[in-house]
Amino acid sequence: MAEAASSTAATPRAAGARGPRDLWRRFRRHRSGVVGLALTTVFALMALLGPVIRPYDPAQADYLNVSAGISAAHWLGTDNYGRDILSRTLVGARYSLSIGVLATAFSALLGSLWGLLTGYLGGWFDTLSGRIIDILLAFPGLLLAIGIIAIAGPGFKNVILATTIFGIPIFARLVRGSALALKERTYIEASQALAARPGRIMFRHVLPNILAPILVYVTLRIGTVILIAASLSFLGLGVQPPTPEWGAMLSEAQLYLAIDPLMAIAPGVAISLAVLGFNLLGDGLRDVLDPRIR
Amino acid sequence: MWRYLIRRLIELVPTLLGVSIAVFLFIHAIPGDPARLLAGQDATLADVEAMRARLGLNHSLPVQYLYFVRNALRGDFGLSYRQQVPVLEVIREHFLPTLLLSVSAIVLAFVFGVLSGVMAATRRNSWLDLVVTGVSATGISIPSFFLGILLMYLFAVNLHWFPVTGSTSVRGLVLPAVSLALAPLATIARFVRSSFLEVVGEDFVRTASAKGLSDRTVTFKHALRNALIPVVTMTGLQFGFLLGGAVVIETVFNYTGLGWLLIQSIGFRDYPVLQVLLLLFALEFMLVNLLVDLTYGALDPRIRYG
Repeated sequence: MAEAASSTAATPRAAGARGPRDLWRRFRRHRSGVVGLALTTVFALMALLGPVIRPYDPAQADYLNVSAGISAAHWLGTDNYGRDILSRTLVGARYSLSIGVLATAFSALLGSLWGLLTGYLGGWFDTLSGRIIDILLAFPGLLLAIGIIAIAGPGFKNVILATTIFGIPIFARLVRGSALALKERTYIEASQALAARPGRIMFRHVLPNILAPILVYVTLRIGTVILIAASLSFLGLGVQPPTPEWGAMLSEAQLYLAIDPLMAIAPGVAISLAVLGFNLLGDGLRDVLDPRIR
Repeated sequence: MWRYLIRRLIELVPTLLGVSIAVFLFIHAIPGDPARLLAGQDATLADVEAMRARLGLNHSLPVQYLYFVRNALRGDFGLSYRQQVPVLEVIREHFLPTLLLSVSAIVLAFVFGVLSGVMAATRRNSWLDLVVTGVSATGISIPSFFLGILLMYLFAVNLHWFPVTGSTSVRGLVLPAVSLALAPLATIARFVRSSFLEVVGEDFVRTASAKGLSDRTVTFKHALRNALIPVVTMTGLQFGFLLGGAVVIETVFNYTGLGWLLIQSIGFRDYPVLQVLLLLFALEFMLVNLLVDLTYGALDPRIRYG
């Protein structure tokens, strides 16, 4: 992926020359990208307005109305405590989305900085950090996140910590590859010849030229992080019940599967659609920003 | 080829050492004193100190690490806190179910992924193509544990075709394997489709058609073989991720493999078992990646290792 991304860097300033209006015009024609944008907008609104538009208090138990089916009063029925499933699902958007966005932002920031430094400085620092990245990436899937949770303990903040660390090496590797390729280009050499400081070269010349692949990665990563965070909560290692986080809701729902399948379907569909939205949006952005990144 | 293999294996050593240091430090980063934990609730101070000496925890950290490596090379990873039997024995019990589950899932994913990818590519823009593209976009977005729960509700709770949970029999394997297979299947199908479309446009495929070979020969012998090379890499990577995904699916189905053991060990704070499991998963992942590179060469005669 790093090699593919570095080909983007082959045409410096190309992204800037197109202009945002032109990009929007081309994005609009990307059907699945627009679907992704619509889905992510809906979930962003849910996260912002969920606590306002929810019909009931998501923590309010109603023991006379336990595991009720779909009705006019409860559009998605109620759970094993008689809590309104629709309200819980609406409010849940806030947890999943904030984990996804925050953890991805942190890991993109830290990982890009790391990749930029090691790619640009090279030498023993690059060799050492390459080894560290190898070690972090040696744990398959969510194993690294699980290991971190085992040390730090469960909870909302620790899920953000674990998913952030999980994402850092991926951004570091992406940015390092692009920075390495850019380093050899004439306009970078030119600024070196003009005695520009390394910091200036990195942030003024190298970074702007790799923003497009970073943006695409960020969008796709948010979906992945939402999945990982929901998995952690489902395993009892993330956000804990009775908090209406979707993964946690699913783990409670599994116990009542035979009597109350809606308890599982609502949060499950919510996770799937949110992840689908970010994936489609990311694919669309990639096609529009640079069709060569694959 | 052999020289290449040996060089690659040697290159794994520094990463493996790094992973072992990380995993070794892991057990020390855990809050709480293992000596106190193991000595029991009503242990005297002397008991705790004796336990500390028995565990070797009274040495300095680097010395402890060397002991850890020496014992590990002898296959001695200490005792499980929970069961008081050697860690390797605990792990051996749960190894086979996980191997069965992950291998059957990746076989399912590969076979059906390649088939649907080729079908979609050869009938580009047909309804079939649309279904495959749509299903694969959804397939990578549905969490495997949600799919597992849905399948369980349909086929186990309602139709009683399969056991609900807690079975490692062949019938008990079906639902977890299918749940685990969907995401890699979707990724592979998507990848085969685009890789196939790329290859079909190449000169040698046109030449093959031009010299009058049947569509089937062109599709399977010329186009597919070349399109498959990157797919093998993709499948290998997916297999690696699948090892991680098995943790969640095994928990859903109460399927007593290594992933299930991992979650149990966190619950019981059985850190020696946890340590070895993390090491094992990382080692497997690294070996799978190496195997991928080697298969790559077997499929593409243009790649020579030296």
